[in-house]
Amino acid sequence: MKNTRILITGVGGQGTLLTSRILGRVAQMRGMDVKLSEVHGMSQRGGSVVTYVTLGEKVYSPLIEPGQADFMLTFEQLEALRYAHMVAPGGHIIVNTQRISPMPVVTGAAAYPEGILETLAAKPVHIHPVDALAMAMEAGNPKTVNTAMIGALARWMQSDKELFLEAVRTCVPEKTRAVNEKAFLIGWEHP
Amino acid sequence: MKELLLGNQAVARGAWQAGVSVVASYPGTPSTEITEAIALFPEVRAQWATNEKVSLEVAFGASLAGARSMVCMKHVGLNVAADPLFTASYTGVNGGLVVVVADDPGMHSSQNEQDSRDYARAAHLPMLEPSDSQECLDFTRYAFALSEAYDTPVLLRLTTRVAHSQSLVEVGEREMPPLKEYKKDVAKNVMMPAMAKGRHVALEARMERLSRDVNEGGCFTIQDGSEELGIVTSGIAYQYVMEAVPDAKVMKLGMVYPLPLEAIRNFAAQVKRLVVVEELEPFIQNQLLAAGIPCEGKELWSIQGEYTARGIAKALGREVAEGMAPQEGLPGRPPVMCPGCPHRGTFYVLHKMGLTVLGDIGCYTLGAAAPLSSIDACLCMGASIGMAMGMEKARGRDYSRKTISVIGDSTFLHSGMTGLVDAVYNGGHITVGILDNSITGMTGHQENPASGKDIYGNPAPAVSLEEVCASLGVQDIHVVDPFDLKAAEKEVRAALDYDGVSVVIFRRPCALLKEVLRNPKPPVVITDACVKCGMCMRIGCPAITRDADGMHIDATLCTGCGLCVGLCPSKAIAEGGKA
Ligand SMILES: Cc1ncc(C[n+]2csc(CCOP(=O)(O)OP(=O)(O)O)c2C)c(N)n1
Repeated sequence: MKNTRILITGVGGQGTLLTSRILGRVAQMRGMDVKLSEVHGMSQRGGSVVTYVTLGEKVYSPLIEPGQADFMLTFEQLEALRYAHMVAPGGHIIVNTQRISPMPVVTGAAAYPEGILETLAAKPVHIHPVDALAMAMEAGNPKTVNTAMIGALARWMQSDKELFLEAVRTCVPEKTRAVNEKAFLIGWEHP
Repeated sequence: MKELLLGNQAVARGAWQAGVSVVASYPGTPSTEITEAIALFPEVRAQWATNEKVSLEVAFGASLAGARSMVCMKHVGLNVAADPLFTASYTGVNGGLVVVVADDPGMHSSQNEQDSRDYARAAHLPMLEPSDSQECLDFTRYAFALSEAYDTPVLLRLTTRVAHSQSLVEVGEREMPPLKEYKKDVAKNVMMPAMAKGRHVALEARMERLSRDVNEGGCFTIQDGSEELGIVTSGIAYQYVMEAVPDAKVMKLGMVYPLPLEAIRNFAAQVKRLVVVEELEPFIQNQLLAAGIPCEGKELWSIQGEYTARGIAKALGREVAEGMAPQEGLPGRPPVMCPGCPHRGTFYVLHKMGLTVLGDIGCYTLGAAAPLSSIDACLCMGASIGMAMGMEKARGRDYSRKTISVIGDSTFLHSGMTGLVDAVYNGGHITVGILDNSITGMTGHQENPASGKDIYGNPAPAVSLEEVCASLGVQDIHVVDPFDLKAAEKEVRAALDYDGVSVVIFRRPCALLKEVLRNPKPPVVITDACVKCGMCMRIGCPAITRDADGMHIDATLCTGCGLCVGLCPSKAIAEGGKA
């Protein structure tokens, strides 16, 4: 069976590392091989960040190359567009509709692109916009954006809901378990 | 169940299993998490040292005393630790001593792309290189055994993609070798010329023995494949090779110095084409060529940056799928100073004063980026002070009145103090800004000698930066809050005008410190008085944006630090908005 490759992109500080940890746990629970590649350091300071997750029978390279990702989970619109070429034709992009202006936009040196979702829709991939912040608020904590996104991803991956839920439970701090479960389920229901 | 671990966590686990009892390190991406993970094991005495040289000396002392010890650093840290390293190669060890060095091909978080493998050859030390987290654990354990068996420090080399990738690891329990006996041994441990000559003989004999022994196996594996193509590789490049050319015959080296040259010669004889796949320098390739083993390598790919499976396949003449082209013309998203960052105030003032700013390494290096655009030069840790001295010597006192060095608290203690003494001693007229945010920020919040806590978060004596500067002979010392822009400008002006060496300590804790986060302030808001002058945009705060309607403050990003409030000429920014 072919390996499954998932790219997670966003802005440093948005919690992409927890997301990859949950996916890693899912792979482990299924008895699959898995590799995650993260970037720590400099770019975590509000820069563009990418995490690679590959699961399957045997995984060698921890990286994902252009056109290889089966799924892309994106926490910010512009970052979805920046990395869209990484997704395989027919792959899925789950994009949080939040917009965060990068510094060149803040300083006025560049404009934030308009119509990103439309541009994405014109590409040979499936686009699933989600308002993850609203989902997280509905769950009761804006910090659960990433678990809501994982809920949506799990649905599009046609995965076992209970397995994912268990992975979420074991990866988040005990205190926030209930609210994270709730966020996951909201994401699952509204992929 | 196997555990999913970062390469760095696996190194820590391997060291713990091997019975390491002392670990001293200075943080540096991508090596930092090793020491953070080690500090979670109660049996190990871990510490953040002031710099890499001190770290290695502490670990060396522990080894001398008979304990297994380890020191971890990023590639440029090994430059700082090179002095003790080269001579520790002569003395050898008592307890096993492992030196972990993490290279950063592609420069994700570094100022250069040096290849640490050259240190192994230059210092005549064995070097191991794992290719995934399991090997990180296994090779670290093996490194301790090797160190004691051959009486030598052992280098363990990681690269970013190994250090910062997670993969599954079979973990084990701790074996605890007893503390070895300590015996005074002048001929072995006092490196004066007479003794060093004797030790150089011992060192060469040890390397000769090791160079022979490595051919017997254990430090390399061979995967069978077609005789058409043979690959010699190591580290992360091995993983790319396995995807790029799964049909090839592959020799994976676990030890990259000394090389198992006879085993490689045998391997070469079994294939029609031999190719070395290694990121950065042609380290393996050149040794093969020197040994008369014909091979290809750097003719096919670059000595710069990271490799990919597809890039390797392409260079070897394989067909590869191409994805869509990346979207062009998108605004970049470079890293930025966080909202509430104290450095923002400092750089606003320095930029406004139009100074030449000699920078150093830390979060504050981001002061080079627009719109603060303050920094003129950045070289290595500690260099800002020496550079200011050199500028003054070259361009004179009047020029140095328009020049300031900026250096973080951790960096100052790492290697800025020596530059400051030099300036005092040599009659400099320089001004040094110490940006004291009470933490080692850039590498993810490690404690340092001025922060008042040790690696475990326990209280530790806090070194006073002003007392250090005074005791080094600095007579003009200013302390200021960088968010008090008027006072900051005044103090900097006074320091620049002072005849002699001045220090301005810009003191305000990092906005991400737990103590700061525990007392959140409500975000600020823009009121109707706003005339859209754009003054608030000049500080480059990611929470402030502008569109056709005017300025906006993102309440989810704003920390309520209030820097922009004082800046607004129309008093149109109010404190105390709703979070
Ligand atoms: C020789 C060397 N060791 C380690 C590093 C990694 N490094 C870069 S910046 C930094 C710490 C900076 O801390 P500080 O000076 O307090 O500034 P801050 O980031 O807190 O503003 C470290 C450890 C390096 N670049 N060079």
